Amino acid sequence: MSDWLEATFTQQRPRAIAALTRVFRDIDTAEDAFADACLKALTVWKQDGAPRDPLAWLLATARNAGIDSLRKSQRRAAILSRHNEEFQPMLAETPDPDEMRDDVLRLLFICCHPELDRRDQIALALRIVAGLSVEEIASGFLVKLKAMEQRITRAKKKIASHTVAFETPNPEERGARLGEVSLMIYLMFNEGWSTSAGPSQINLTLCEEAIRLARLLVALFPAMGEQAALLALLLLQHARRDARIDRQGKLVALDDQDRTLWNRTDIAEATAFLQKAQRINHRGAYVIQAAIAAAHARAPSPEDTDWALIESHYAALHALQPTPVVRLNQIAAQARLHGPQFALEAMESLSEDLSNYRWFHAMRGALLQDVGDHRAAIAAFEAVMTLAPTGPECVAIKDKISSSKKELGHL
Amino acid sequence: MIYAITIYGEAGVFEALPKDRQDEVMSGHGALQTALKERGEFVSMKLMPPTSAVMVEPATSEGKPPLITDGPFADTKENFLGFYAADFNDLDEALTYAKLISSPIARLEVRPVAWAGGAISSE
Repeated sequence: MSDWLEATFTQQRPRAIAALTRVFRDIDTAEDAFADACLKALTVWKQDGAPRDPLAWLLATARNAGIDSLRKSQRRAAILSRHNEEFQPMLAETPDPDEMRDDVLRLLFICCHPELDRRDQIALALRIVAGLSVEEIASGFLVKLKAMEQRITRAKKKIASHTVAFETPNPEERGARLGEVSLMIYLMFNEGWSTSAGPSQINLTLCEEAIRLARLLVALFPAMGEQAALLALLLLQHARRDARIDRQGKLVALDDQDRTLWNRTDIAEATAFLQKAQRINHRGAYVIQAAIAAAHARAPSPEDTDWALIESHYAALHALQPTPVVRLNQIAAQARLHGPQFALEAMESLSEDLSNYRWFHAMRGALLQDVGDHRAAIAAFEAVMTLAPTGPECVAIKDKISSSKKELGHL
Repeated sequence: MIYAITIYGEAGVFEALPKDRQDEVMSGHGALQTALKERGEFVSMKLMPPTSAVMVEPATSEGKPPLITDGPFADTKENFLGFYAADFNDLDEALTYAKLISSPIARLEVRPVAWAGGAISSE
């Protein structure tokens, strides 16, 4: 029985912790109070059935539990005296949705402390907001449990010393928080999608949690195109998870993926959110990236892909984010339209900026193979190998090197 | 009489279940679908999460077009998640079938259909 209830707790956790953090002005107290409420729910709900509004029940119970433990705790006497007047036992009532969305946004924003390393921000959000265990987070980041424990403890100390205003933010402030939090979620997905270290290429836990948080933002801010677009983008990427790694754990390039393995349910849902974002007339970076991913998802094969459309999306993205990596992606689309020689020449202007970017060399190697310059291709692939590729990437690159060597042998 | 078996629950809870519990829920749906298929026509739909919806609100005044909004707004209570509809002999029989998909994460409503058109028709 308890795992059915656990699913409800997991679902309610971000909102509950967020509201309780506002009440207690302290994340640890909020987490303890929520844990107490869940424990109580395990007995009470089993006896009386789950309440119609589980969040309201959990919040009221947690609030009362939190007050109780504060009253008993000497250590927190100071907090109590500061807020004594607010701490009246409360009945379960549906929380105000406007207040709730600012609470959740604030909690996520607190995790995005500017002095924290991005990966520590992500780890904190996974621990506090998503409620993952430290063990799960450690395995998500492929680090030792002990090391992750220390990092989270350190990060928690840091955010405790940093005050984020608890007043309702003005629209500008809210927009800034939303942008920062969305970026953290996007990077959480990327961290899972392309783990920075270790033998496995994808860490699905991080991807799934990022999608769950993106869903949460969409639920809280339904009129925001940017968040609908972010969710669409993540779902479209995630849809390819089963096709991206083969049975030997080898990374499969987009062109070589078995598209029947792409998850159609995810693609359909992503399409719905992309359409919503476009209807709102949102034109940010996520919506363009989602449109690109959707163009791939629609195409039955690489040859049937609308490369001209994709190229124009990358041009639009480059206008918004004029980075060498975006330009490289635009050139990759141009290679489809104008051939490998054209792309190789276009890439030259990026060779300095992207000299340490392994995808630059991997793409260059593939294009050089296409024009038949295998000697240069091997050099490019060897450059990839010096730039710390992941295990599955290594295997794929080694394959390419040996196929070029074979070609040279034939000549 | 056609009955609708409508499913209410909280969006996202199914996804938060461990895999074996998800399979348990899905096997109930599988059993219901097989049983309904044997009896004849039925319709069934699982809706995407409520956040994917767009609302068409009534026009604020006469002559104005209806208002399209991107709600529903953050509502943590039960959501309409999907439904089945089929012709049953009576309420008891409809309830028997509904029980196949009962689970701790869903509340089911069995309600007689006043009129149906399309794939299953009340006429």
